[in-house]
Amino acid sequence: MNLLYTEVEDDLRATVRKLLAGRCDATAVTALYDGDRSVVDVLWKALAGELGLAGLLVPEERGGAGATAAEAAVVLEELGRAAAPVPFLTSAVIATLVLCESEGPLLGELASGEKTAALLVPLSTAPHTPLPVIQAADGRLTGTVTSVAGAIEADVLLVVADGAVHAVSAADAEITPVVSLDMTRQLADVRLAGAAGELVVADAEMAVRDALSAGAALLASEQVGVAQWCLETTVAYLKERKQFGRAVGGFQAIKHRLADLAIGVESATAAARYAAATLAAGDADAAVASNVAQAYVSDLAVLAAEEAVQLHAGIGMTWEHPAHLYLKRAKADQIALGTAGAHRARLAELVDLPAPR
Amino acid sequence: MTIDEQGLRRQVEEFLAAHDPATTERLEFLRARYDAGLAWVHFPEGHGGLGLPQAWQPAVDALFEAVGAPDNGRKTNGIGLGMAAPTILRFGTEEQKQRLLRPLWTGEEVWCQLFSEPGAGSDLAALGTRAVREDGDGDWIVNGQKVWTSGAHNARFAILVARTNPDLPKHQGITYFLADMTDPGVEVRPLRQITGEAEFNEVFLTDVRIPDSMRLGEVGQGWAVANATLSNERVAIGGSAVRENGMIGVVAQTWRDRPELRTPELHDRLLRLWVEAEVSRLTGQRVRQKLAQGQPGAEGAALKVTFARIAQQLSGLELEMLGEDGLRYSDWTLVRPDHVDFTGRDAGYRYLRAKGNSIEGGTSEILRNIMAERVLGLPSEPRVDKDVPWKDLAK
Repeated sequence: MNLLYTEVEDDLRATVRKLLAGRCDATAVTALYDGDRSVVDVLWKALAGELGLAGLLVPEERGGAGATAAEAAVVLEELGRAAAPVPFLTSAVIATLVLCESEGPLLGELASGEKTAALLVPLSTAPHTPLPVIQAADGRLTGTVTSVAGAIEADVLLVVADGAVHAVSAADAEITPVVSLDMTRQLADVRLAGAAGELVVADAEMAVRDALSAGAALLASEQVGVAQWCLETTVAYLKERKQFGRAVGGFQAIKHRLADLAIGVESATAAARYAAATLAAGDADAAVASNVAQAYVSDLAVLAAEEAVQLHAGIGMTWEHPAHLYLKRAKADQIALGTAGAHRARLAELVDLPAPR
Repeated sequence: MTIDEQGLRRQVEEFLAAHDPATTERLEFLRARYDAGLAWVHFPEGHGGLGLPQAWQPAVDALFEAVGAPDNGRKTNGIGLGMAAPTILRFGTEEQKQRLLRPLWTGEEVWCQLFSEPGAGSDLAALGTRAVREDGDGDWIVNGQKVWTSGAHNARFAILVARTNPDLPKHQGITYFLADMTDPGVEVRPLRQITGEAEFNEVFLTDVRIPDSMRLGEVGQGWAVANATLSNERVAIGGSAVRENGMIGVVAQTWRDRPELRTPELHDRLLRLWVEAEVSRLTGQRVRQKLAQGQPGAEGAALKVTFARIAQQLSGLELEMLGEDGLRYSDWTLVRPDHVDFTGRDAGYRYLRAKGNSIEGGTSEILRNIMAERVLGLPSEPRVDKDVPWKDLAK
């Protein structure tokens, strides 16, 4: 299994990074916390439309780019590095994968970036845990789901009810934005009161579980991007910052912490690449790989962000410095799609290390 | 004409057809294999190789193993094969290579390493073993004490670093030698470890005589030669290709075999370490893929730091898991094993032996310095002794 990056992936990375450098600066991202969400639409239109990233995982015959999870993972690394506030994971990965076996035009509309969708589950939902209950009666859907990611940006909500997936127009739902720990992926509470739904996937169970599991596997790459930014930014700062007449990065207590963090980031990269590679190859080890990646990388990304704040010290506590954007993103990502502990518990079943009875 | 991988496989098959491992005497077989260039294919022709990529060697070894061909003692001559041989190949004279490499590879002559000293551990360049040339141009006469020498009691030769010029700063006055362990001035004493056994030795050198023809590299160039040797040491340690190999495999099996030992707290710790061991395995694979592409890096240091920490935590966990059984120990008798087995013997042994993992081959602290300086580019440690003549250093 190749755990390195291909030339195609390197090119894709360079393209995404360039676009983000121009249109996703830290000031615009910080403004999200003061209620200015203007960066979101512009950035998502550019990524989804200009670069065609919304259709990355959609087969070519359905209007997409027919790329694999390994390429989507590279995009997510870059989105993590920039703490980019776009619904790529929720729409172009999770919602898209829910719909990948569906007929009808919705998948094509997502691929072109014409529409954006979100699966109606709390962001904290782990792939193997119960889904929220929505009542279906005469094609009308009723219920409330809290802390949904990507709902604010969505044109279409994918609602699981009666064992099937239904598409509901966002206009027919009551979507209340939530003040979120991570405003770069702002959540919303969603209420359906007899909303009209169109059946898009008849057997929801497999489609939704697989999409959430793939989402968790690929979230690890976003977390790697967050961790890489934290490590690189902190190392660069500590080479410059001087106290006691020396670069702070020359003190051994600091060097050893950064060495340990670098070891962790390298390890996280390997875990995330393996999860993406097994997913791309349809390998039988993909489920174990996804749980391993989440169990390791989500905690590592939080550590990287916490170390970034501590080692930047005073400036790291300020609103002005972007470190807090990464701390909030990392902490929310740690809970997203299941905590490390939830993934370890699932792993125990998969690798025959049973819990005590 | 260069050989491709198919051609190499044919060559092995032809060799095996001409030398039936079942009927050929062991040493005769190994010598013939060496002479056919199938010992280490990346070595040059005439020195046991064919000048082919090192990556092709495992396939050759597998073909020999599959037919039950004799083993050349990889476990008991690790220092010779892994460290002495590549250094001799790179820095040795033609005479040295002809004399030494074949019996080294066949295991007829086991090698050990005389590097560390009681006063020169992490700071190896501070070593004080002296080599003085008799009459200015005769043999070298060596005096001093070495330590942590595995296999010294079985070794025929040693790679040795000694100080030949104390008036120069410490890195500059060192010369590299190939020492005869049968010299009457060599005294080997077992060094008993916390496990009770003695896999290492102390080696006392008293007027040991080394002809100048057994010097490796130029006089005063020993530090550079030693670094080439040490860079071969860490490559050997890294993630396994197989899941649950090594310490994690042992502990996971105990968990599966002994349901009565299971508690929620142990389960949580085991799973955390299982994940870390698996990620370390993947990281090792990734580093090997990078090396195969020729991307350089000091990531070997990172792999070793992680390997040591996980082995120590796992072996500690295993003792707690065993509870009452963890209070017992197999045997404190002083034995002298001919090779090291990190996961062998019992849980108590594994716990104690693993303590050495973060010390041998570079302490984890030194390796973190290497990571910080060579990978991250952070400022070097202050080196107050770098330009001071060795004889003036505080000792």
